[in-house]
Amino acid sequence: MPEPFEPKIVAFFCNWCTYLGADLAGTSRLKYAPNARVVRVMCSGRVDPQFVLDAFAKGADGVLLGGCHPGDCHYQEGNYKALRRFKLLQQFLGQMGIEPERIRLEWISAAEADRVRTVINEMVETLKRLGPRKAPVETQFAEAS
Amino acid sequence: MSTTFEAATSRRISIEPVTRLEGHGRIEIFLNDEGKVDRAVFQVPELRGFEKFVQGRPAEDMPQITSRICGVCPTAHHMASTKALDDLYRVTPPPAARKIRELIYHTFFVEDHALHFYFLGGPDFVMGPSALPGERNVIGVIGKVGIDTAQRVIAVRRTLRDLMAAVAGKAIHPVFGVPGGVAKPLTREQAVDFRRAAGEAVDFARFTLDLFDKVVLANQAYLDLIHSDMYAHRTYYMGMVNEQNRVSFYDGTLRVVSPSGAQWARFETRAYRDYIVEHAEPWSFMKFCHLKSIGWRGLVEGEDSGVYSVGPLARLNAAEGMATPLAHELYLRFFGVLRGKPVHYTLANHWARLIEMLYAAERMRQLAEEDEITDPHVRELPQSPGDEGIGVVEAPRGTLFHHYAADDRGRITKANLLVATQNNAARMALSVEKAARALIDGSTVQEGVLNMIEMALRAYDPCLGCATHSLPGSMPLMVRLCSRAGSVVASLRRDSDGRIVRE
Amino acid sequence: MKPKVAFYWCASCGGCEECILDLAEDLLPVLDAVEIVFWPVALDFKEHDIQPVDICFLNGAVRTSEQKRMAELLRANAKVLVAFGACAQLGGIPGLANLSTARDILETAEEATGSDGDHGLPLPELFDTVLPIDRVVDVDYYVPGCPPTPKIIGQALTALLKTEVPSRHSVLAPEQALCEECPRRATRPETLALDRFRRVADTIIDENMCILAQGIPCLGPATRAGCEGRCIAGNMPCTGCFGPAPRVRDFGAKALSAMASILAPTGDDEITDALRDLPDPAGTFYRYSLPASFLTRKATP
Repeated sequence: MPEPFEPKIVAFFCNWCTYLGADLAGTSRLKYAPNARVVRVMCSGRVDPQFVLDAFAKGADGVLLGGCHPGDCHYQEGNYKALRRFKLLQQFLGQMGIEPERIRLEWISAAEADRVRTVINEMVETLKRLGPRKAPVETQFAEAS
Repeated sequence: MSTTFEAATSRRISIEPVTRLEGHGRIEIFLNDEGKVDRAVFQVPELRGFEKFVQGRPAEDMPQITSRICGVCPTAHHMASTKALDDLYRVTPPPAARKIRELIYHTFFVEDHALHFYFLGGPDFVMGPSALPGERNVIGVIGKVGIDTAQRVIAVRRTLRDLMAAVAGKAIHPVFGVPGGVAKPLTREQAVDFRRAAGEAVDFARFTLDLFDKVVLANQAYLDLIHSDMYAHRTYYMGMVNEQNRVSFYDGTLRVVSPSGAQWARFETRAYRDYIVEHAEPWSFMKFCHLKSIGWRGLVEGEDSGVYSVGPLARLNAAEGMATPLAHELYLRFFGVLRGKPVHYTLANHWARLIEMLYAAERMRQLAEEDEITDPHVRELPQSPGDEGIGVVEAPRGTLFHHYAADDRGRITKANLLVATQNNAARMALSVEKAARALIDGSTVQEGVLNMIEMALRAYDPCLGCATHSLPGSMPLMVRLCSRAGSVVASLRRDSDGRIVRE
Repeated sequence: MKPKVAFYWCASCGGCEECILDLAEDLLPVLDAVEIVFWPVALDFKEHDIQPVDICFLNGAVRTSEQKRMAELLRANAKVLVAFGACAQLGGIPGLANLSTARDILETAEEATGSDGDHGLPLPELFDTVLPIDRVVDVDYYVPGCPPTPKIIGQALTALLKTEVPSRHSVLAPEQALCEECPRRATRPETLALDRFRRVADTIIDENMCILAQGIPCLGPATRAGCEGRCIAGNMPCTGCFGPAPRVRDFGAKALSAMASILAPTGDDEITDALRDLPDPAGTFYRYSLPASFLTRKATP
């Protein structure tokens, strides 16, 4: 019997807000889907689009970016940069056949443990509905000689 | 050895030795029951998908994207594309911009025609028809014309290409074409440089024509070859002309003459689909263009067949003269020597090319001397894109059409790129068939056949060489003889390393 | 003993062969320093198979079974294999075909010809995916550009003929971004905060000012130097043909990042407006490099 699909999410959380929120969720013993692998970055503005694409290339079904609310960025403007990159990236991913729901950007503060839980649970549901990200088959290596 | 072929749109094709020859021109010759040639077809199995992958791209990116169709004639695609953008955006470039485009375009024609004569098509001629394959290349040409001449070719081309790069950004894959004009004005210093270079180009073109006289026209064996029936086809001819019916490369009206020389049609480029239609044969990817109202009668020549050709010979045939004095003199001489108009001898393309080279140089000089060309106003800004844009130029090898449809954000939704090869495809196939019929009897194929066929093909379209990733001297070619039922009787192949293989 | 050199190609427009001819008079000393044993474009062939060479310059991308076979054959016979030009290094403009499939491409062609696909003649297999050379065989060096410039080619040849060769897998071009050698460097602003992007189609570009500062996406910041800014000198923006600046793995991603970073707006709707005149991120950022990117190609249905 085939195993049910468990989406893999790579989550980039900023050190000052979202990561602390996730920590709080942990210490508060909140239960939520375990599908997210969390990578801590100093700021959501540190997230290089290369990270996102690398995650997809390595098998992620979804990528989640978490940063401080507008106006609250520890480095002033980093989260705005993240938002701008995110919007362009989402457009590009659409052109590559990757559904826009597979990449998500959320503002989550250090106090919003519950939001961490909700967002991750939602994303897992969405990805279960979408199915695994289809990695393209490179025909030249599958040819019969 | 079977060669199973499943429709390429579905699964894998079983790879047989024969099908590994990507980049080869492929000739299939079908024998009838008596062992004579029933049909011969020429196929270029090249498909890169430009018309697909430009969909979704901003229209203004097209001049730089489509130039990558060919690294030898990128300027032709760039120019057709830029004109299509003018049309799409419904904008007319200011006079200085038009002159700059023309100046670059004629500079390109000089150096491209020179490249072909000396390095690509020319070796056939300059070395003589009985030269060994090993001599029919640039080294052989240098040996025959002398190292000084060879260095002069290199120097002239360098001067011209450096000038093009100064104005157009790059010589290979230029960037200067924008809707409504060009990217920057021409400076006075650049105009002076162009004037000087144009003078050199005129001298060089005349020198080359002299060389042609001495080496080719004075050689009876060559004249016989040019006049031989095997390389003659009575087809229609199409070329772009100006208001006085003189040959024009950048802009004008399309004129078609019949095999007997009468004007058959004269139409605005935008109306091309009323006159030219593409025909599909089930055995080839390549579209066969023919004249619409005459129709497709198969690969036959004559007044009743819609087969036509483009390129230097066709342009001279379809026009009534050259727009510059020195070239016009030679135009008249050309038809005199070859005994009448139109000239149906395919190999005369090489000579026609040199006359065009002289015209391009003279035109370069004219343009560089015009005061208006240094005017700073070189751009009319478009308002908003229309639905459709058509841009047509004469590329060195023949008429080139770029036809785009775009959405309301100026992104391409559909593109039709009709290159010279397609206009010539039917006549090229005729050439192959005629040569095959003359040279093949029964089920044997002589090696000399390949050389003879190759000569005919090369006269048309060296850019075919781009498509097959080779240059003359040893164009990879495969000739297969098939029985009426379609099974392969014999096969002869010349690979790009010169090896002949029988199968 | 002069080093033996070969030139060959895969899926190529021919520009990379042509650019060697553009070395012009500078070609002659090069020809003296090496023995060219295999150069289909210019010289005759010896009537035998490809022989072992010291350096093979291979241009073009890999798109068919035959090209893959050629790349493997040349790798086996060359001490040093150089991926020459943007197509060989990154996949090149034909790499945009990775936004469709072989079926789409064939169908588009068939639609145009009116043929029904049953051709009855064998053709080489057209792969769905265009690949740069280094996804098929190991590549020792890269010479970037579409096409490479005479200067870069000359420098690359000189470097490879030295006793102390460059470190393996390096790109034989400067280790910096194009902005450093751009002819308009003096006008580069300290900071950039654009309201929106603009399109070349409806903008007249000032010849004397940094192009990016005028709102036109110019990929100079993300692109390797070496061309001396020939497109900028032509008053057009850089489109990234020299590939990624050092230490960048995915060119398009970095170019996208650079462009997003220099916009001013901070609100969702404002950002959408600012991006309106950049309608094709894939084509703009990955024009030459889609096959070499992390994702390589669009997902196949």
